[in-house]
Amino acid sequence: MPSIHSLRLIVGVAAIAAATLAGSAFAQTTLENASAKYRQDLADGNPADLWVARGQEMWKEPRGPRKVSFESCDLGLGPGVVKGAYAQLPRWFADAGRVMDLETRLVWCMVNQQGYTHADATKQTFGNGSRHRSDLEALTAYVAKQSDGVKMNVSLADPHVREMYDVGKKAFFYRAGTHDFACATCHAADDLRIRLQYLPNLTEPAGAQKAYTTWPAYRVAQGETRTFQWRLHDCFRQQRFPDLIYGSDLSIALTTYLAASANGAVYAGPGIKL
Amino acid sequence: MADPMKIRANLVGDSTEVKVLMSHEMDTGLVKDKDGKIIPAWWIQTVKVTHNDKVVLTAQWGTAVSKNPFMSFKFKGGAKGDKVTITWVDNHNDSRTDTALIA
Repeated sequence: MPSIHSLRLIVGVAAIAAATLAGSAFAQTTLENASAKYRQDLADGNPADLWVARGQEMWKEPRGPRKVSFESCDLGLGPGVVKGAYAQLPRWFADAGRVMDLETRLVWCMVNQQGYTHADATKQTFGNGSRHRSDLEALTAYVAKQSDGVKMNVSLADPHVREMYDVGKKAFFYRAGTHDFACATCHAADDLRIRLQYLPNLTEPAGAQKAYTTWPAYRVAQGETRTFQWRLHDCFRQQRFPDLIYGSDLSIALTTYLAASANGAVYAGPGIKL
Repeated sequence: MADPMKIRANLVGDSTEVKVLMSHEMDTGLVKDKDGKIIPAWWIQTVKVTHNDKVVLTAQWGTAVSKNPFMSFKFKGGAKGDKVTITWVDNHNDSRTDTALIA
């Protein structure tokens, strides 16, 4: 039978545990409320709109050595159709013989229709200030914006897409690198965070939906609108993995896994992230 | 040349609510590039807003204003279809003027 003294100790420990739990729950709600309020304040003035406007201009203008506009670029719903295109990508493209996400498809159109070299098309995949702006980020933001309010609907009926989904899921849980990291190390549990930013649990539909439907997004800390390829590329950097190649099969596989996990949610991008 | 602003002007009751998003680098002059050289300050110095040629707002800005600034304000009066014109001038003497109609 425990003495009164040790009982008091147990009660004390329990009280501290309860206080710590309450403290972290408090910190999280306060933080998330503050972030939510900030997003709401900026909702009418999301700087990503500046990228959308630039992308819209570029979409219509004749580009590249062959002077062809993106209006002949088929994103899966017919040449030039952008409404709802982002919500059904990645998908299989028979003309390219590949499963492609939006950004890879844009590069394909630039190379195969507009006549750019692959190196020219991917010279500035991620922008850096107004002196080194990325056309791909602007185009991606513009096309994604045309799916605002459309339900995510990535079909896995095609075996090629299904395979990409399976590979992507495997890659998500695959531990590697100097720090023995996987995507799942940070993104397979609730309430994990990096510094003050809470990380979504991407293995749950709610987490995957909330995360995927808000990219591309304006990153306030960088003053840039970033795309999903950038998100994956930077996650790889944070895991101390080798550079994720823009438009590589691995990047498309992970995008397919996460996009399909967001199926059923209403796309609401471009978003705003701190 | 500078990118266009995004301006929205809406009649709310007896006043006009204007929301404008500007595209500008707004370098503070305190940041170094990756070679260790200071990136020179480059910022919007003045903002002027007119409603049908009548000035309703002027502002002098410093480097503390964020990159791609967002500004929201109200003025009394205005009618649907009126012009709201916004001009900014930066310290390179570069400027941009855009107009929106009150909705």
